[in-house]
Amino acid sequence: MKPRITVNKVRKVWNADTPKATTAIDGLSFDVAPGEFVVLLGPSGCGKSSLLFMVAGLETQTEGELLCDGMPITGPDTERGMIFQEASLFPWLTIAENVTFGLKLRGEFPEKRDRVAQDLLMKVGLADAGHKRPDELSGGMRQRAALARALAMQPKVLMMDEPFAALDIQTRAKMQDHLLQIWRVSGASVLMVTHSIEEAVALADRIVVWTSRPGRVKEIVSVDLPRPRKPRDPAFIELQRRLGDLLADEVDRAFREMEAAV
Amino acid sequence: MRVVVGLALGFVGAVAFGIAIRYYRIFGLLTLPTVTLLTPISPVAWLPIAIFVFGIGDVPAIFLVFISVFFVIVLSTLSQIDNVPASYIHVARIMGATKHQLFRHVILPTVLPGLFVTLRLNLFAAWMVVLIAEAVGVGSGLGQIVMMARNTFNSSLVFFTMTLIGLLGYAFDRALLTVQNKVLWWVGPAATGGR
Repeated sequence: MKPRITVNKVRKVWNADTPKATTAIDGLSFDVAPGEFVVLLGPSGCGKSSLLFMVAGLETQTEGELLCDGMPITGPDTERGMIFQEASLFPWLTIAENVTFGLKLRGEFPEKRDRVAQDLLMKVGLADAGHKRPDELSGGMRQRAALARALAMQPKVLMMDEPFAALDIQTRAKMQDHLLQIWRVSGASVLMVTHSIEEAVALADRIVVWTSRPGRVKEIVSVDLPRPRKPRDPAFIELQRRLGDLLADEVDRAFREMEAAV
Repeated sequence: MRVVVGLALGFVGAVAFGIAIRYYRIFGLLTLPTVTLLTPISPVAWLPIAIFVFGIGDVPAIFLVFISVFFVIVLSTLSQIDNVPASYIHVARIMGATKHQLFRHVILPTVLPGLFVTLRLNLFAAWMVVLIAEAVGVGSGLGQIVMMARNTFNSSLVFFTMTLIGLLGYAFDRALLTVQNKVLWWVGPAATGGR
């Protein structure tokens, strides 16, 4: 099967050509199949978010190729949706208007927008919240609205930058269930960044473990456990332990480097 | 009336000007130094110019109010635009917004609340400028009455007019607040400098 997203020997240097130049990512390669759920796991500051921004088309790589369906990524496109750590809904729009913001930009008719909003809000469990304002919702509800907003564009790839990091543990587990359901129905590929090993094991088809800065692929771990996955399953725990060991080396190295730099 | 017209013109003109500076890079590079240069000049210093360009009447008063809010709001617009959360812009770009759509649907609604606060803060300044203009050369209005009362040693008229000025200023502020709450319904009172 042809990959949906190809990351080929990508290198990203921040503040290139200045004394402050730092290499965030160096020689990173992996790909994402259509409909696959890939989680990026690594120590903080290793460039995972930078990669998402590049795949989204909001940043450009310094070297290497980024392809979507075999075509180079040159800028943002509605077929590549993204969800951020903060929901960043627009406070001057209602939830329904937020969800259909992209459709409005595209010039769709109000009737169609209403229909899409209804449908998507139902899917994310916010059927009654369409007329509310973002500040009337809880963090988890806002993040679900942001998910609906991304889905409204029917993206082929859904990128998520630590989407549940700001939520409490119970809400987080709920959101993961929601996400899995929606992902299965939508058929989109998911590329998600997280710090949480448990979250990675609970959700991913494959986990890309990163080295500390500059970010490279340390190992790609396939998760073959059947869904729904149970955190008490011995195989689940074993995998978590293995990923923990992989990461611990990198986190140690990142700390040592940080201390040496001070 | 003079204050209202001057404020409205100043606000709309300044916001449009500020957005244009950020929208068209060249326009910004050409005009921004002039704006920065003109901002520190007190509106009162413009008074003679206003009178010899526009003569005696309403126009110089309106012009002075306009001047007293215009530059401040242009600069405020710029700083507000620069402080629009990056995530708003990212979201809009991912949704396929063109530059025009980005400014109209995202940046404008984000900056308006902050600009309204600036407008309200400058309302009083504008109000004072109008009184000075009236006292010196417009030929009518409350400022003129205060000057006349001063010249005739009519202290009770002076105090009466001052009270009137205070009350009118207060009423203006309330009116502006009402407009703000109507137009910018999504911002609570806390974010806009209180009630």
